Amino acid sequence: MIAEIGHLSLWLALVFAVLQGVAPLLSYRSQRLSWMLVARPAAWMQWLCLSAGLLALGYAFAYNDFTVRYVSEHSNSLLPLGYRISAIWGGHEGSLLLWVWMLSFWGLLVSLLRGKVPAHVNALVLAVMGLIGIGFLLFMLLTSNPFDRLLPWFPLDGADLNPLLQDPGLIIHPPMLYMGYVGLSVAFSFAIAGLISGTLDPAWARWARPWTTVAWCFLTVGIALGSWWAYYELGWGGWWFWDPVENASFMPWLCATALIHSLAVTEKRGLFRSWTVLLAIVAFSLSLLGTFLVRSGVLTSVHSFANDPERGRFILCFLAVVIGGSLTLFAIRAPVLRARTGFVMLSRESFLLMNNLILLVATFVVLLGTLFPLIGEWLDIKVSVRSPYFNAFFVPLTFLLMAFLVPGMSSNWKKQRASVLAKKLLWLVPVSVLAGSVLVYLAGSLPIAGWLALSLCAYVWIAHGVDVVQKALAFRSGVFKGLRRLTAGYYGMVIAHCGLAVLVAGITLVSFHEQEHDLRMTPGESAEVGGYEFVFTRLVDREGPNFSAKQGIFAVTRFGQDVATLTPEKRRYYSGGQMMTEAAIDSGLMRDLYIALGEPLDSDAWAVRIYYKPGIIWLWLGAVIMALGGALAIVDRRYRRAIAPESELSAEQPGSDLPDRPAVETSTKSPQEA
Amino acid sequence: MLPRKGVWVFLPLIGFIALAILLASGLGKNTEDLPTALAGKPLPQMQLPSLLRKGNVVDNRLFEGRWTLLNVWATWCPTCHIEHPYLLKLAQRGVAIVGLDYKDEDAAAKNYLANLGNPYVEVPVDASGAYGLNLGVYGAPETYLVSPQGDIVLRHVGEMNERVWQAKFLPLMKEPSDIKLQVEAQ
Repeated sequence: MIAEIGHLSLWLALVFAVLQGVAPLLSYRSQRLSWMLVARPAAWMQWLCLSAGLLALGYAFAYNDFTVRYVSEHSNSLLPLGYRISAIWGGHEGSLLLWVWMLSFWGLLVSLLRGKVPAHVNALVLAVMGLIGIGFLLFMLLTSNPFDRLLPWFPLDGADLNPLLQDPGLIIHPPMLYMGYVGLSVAFSFAIAGLISGTLDPAWARWARPWTTVAWCFLTVGIALGSWWAYYELGWGGWWFWDPVENASFMPWLCATALIHSLAVTEKRGLFRSWTVLLAIVAFSLSLLGTFLVRSGVLTSVHSFANDPERGRFILCFLAVVIGGSLTLFAIRAPVLRARTGFVMLSRESFLLMNNLILLVATFVVLLGTLFPLIGEWLDIKVSVRSPYFNAFFVPLTFLLMAFLVPGMSSNWKKQRASVLAKKLLWLVPVSVLAGSVLVYLAGSLPIAGWLALSLCAYVWIAHGVDVVQKALAFRSGVFKGLRRLTAGYYGMVIAHCGLAVLVAGITLVSFHEQEHDLRMTPGESAEVGGYEFVFTRLVDREGPNFSAKQGIFAVTRFGQDVATLTPEKRRYYSGGQMMTEAAIDSGLMRDLYIALGEPLDSDAWAVRIYYKPGIIWLWLGAVIMALGGALAIVDRRYRRAIAPESELSAEQPGSDLPDRPAVETSTKSPQEA
Repeated sequence: MLPRKGVWVFLPLIGFIALAILLASGLGKNTEDLPTALAGKPLPQMQLPSLLRKGNVVDNRLFEGRWTLLNVWATWCPTCHIEHPYLLKLAQRGVAIVGLDYKDEDAAAKNYLANLGNPYVEVPVDASGAYGLNLGVYGAPETYLVSPQGDIVLRHVGEMNERVWQAKFLPLMKEPSDIKLQVEAQ
């Protein structure tokens, strides 16, 4: 009964999505605002219906209703309640429901947090989101209904959730990632609404910018969580595999990062309009492409859902309509958007353009590597593209990105005198080389690439530290008062950039200094890895709620002092008989110690993997710092205050973004086009 | 910065159309249809220990005289778990399935079959994956159709189900004894 209510509420949601998508577009020409505003209550109702659907599925899981096929395939009566709930998004149908629910949730937020966005633009944005919702709801209802029943012959118990997914990291990883993916639909909808109405001015960028940043924050955290989960749950000790599905989440991230920067240019200077719109379209298109890759079976990956070509065909048609349609709209409308102002070769704009180019090249590299198996089929070569290919591109691209980041941040908008910039920054080169060398000395010897990476990290940190102090002093009211007058948006940028450097430093350390040992050990034996002594004390049997496990107990010491006791497990899940490796990790700021039990060998010997991973935690710390920077930028006051009239937009007030150059900025209004 | 007028605005659209054609081609073929270099050639020489009959050696003679499915599986493979009930169904209809236990642990594999039922007439063990390499295994599960003459006729990568069986396997099995199977299946 509950499942049928859930199913019905999905159809109702579709009705409201149609209303939300179609009403504003039909009445836009005749400018009947009251009809356009139907989109808002429709968005609320769509969200309510989908929430009811999600609750109904949650209810079926909580009460072990194995007559529902999706529940019987992804749950089991022995599964703990927490995992039964997270099993809602453990498979294709349920994760799709979560996807659509989030889309409607973003729609709800857009309709409620309207700010100063004009009502008709808001309605257009909601309409585009409604159209996307129609596509996904149809996809779910026609090919992947989570409420299908298995009647009259239903199993007495479920097949269980894939043990890989029975993990706290996996409870929050997909929702975070989906929030990011789906959040990019807001930027996309703003872009389409702007193309339709022809108002892609700096005010437009100001409305779209915080939404993009929020989505980017979720995406950053989601990807970091996925990488962390792969590290401790898959038992391989790696943190990034260039797997098609990982790439599918990384491409929208790269693109969204570029979009954040180009939105800054559009907001401050009114430039790059068509470019920004294109990026917004591409970023969301890439997250749709990710959905396609995971669910169509075109590429094989550890993440793929059990798949079906029917679904693949449906999504491909959907992609063709959404992406093809929006790019056509772009091609027709973009020529209207050109700004008439320009900028010279050396300016903040040119550095941000460089940032965009680097990030787009990176996106293209990932896209090519991911799709190469398909391209190879045309060329009749079967090669799998692996990390050497990606590393060959990503190491230099990251170096370039970091090198350009500092002069970009330190330059003026519109025009930057080279001599001033050189005077401001040249001293940084010897200082960061020196600081990098000190870091290399502390970390232990590194090859040239590692030394260059750490020097660049030092360069980013020092430059930003100095810049904060200089900008604070520019208010001429003392450092501390000055620090308080700097905006949240500025601090957000500084923190995010420093987070990037933390991440790069972590990758450098763990790439060059990790130690991995595959050993054959019997209880009582010991081994030395990375200066730590690991003693395999004993092996015990342990019973979990839905599995039995062999647990190894390892005592770790260093210089005779106790460091930790680690208990890696080899689990066998009752329902499927699957064997799972549960690694044990002692995490620290400077290093992780990682033990995984491999296979039992003869007598009571075991294959044991012991890893020493210096600095690996910085990777995720760096990502979290970047997301925090983004979060800080969103609370900036200028997004909450009334949107200024056009003429005031380029007249930056002191402290709004560039506190040391208020006088220059007020005199250079960017002429607005019709 | 950008050319005043021009075709550049159409470039993204053209790029996307190319991408969509590429994706559609992947969809049509599907990774399940990885062609095998061995199609029409004899099954590689097999000399593997049997999982369930201690001391037995499984060799190519097992495949002679009837159509046989060679299913590559392992306990660590989630999709194998998904297709397992369907393999049981096929076995009940009288289809001979040989289950190559691929890069697996014997104890886990025995448990798996004991708990979930055994659809296989014989389970050769390929612990090192060496035989899988000869066969060109891409990843478990894969299912090969072997003719009564011992030749590989078809390779299917991914889950076995009724759709795949009806569409890909049955049309290739044209021996009179198998028409009976087809009737039973319907």
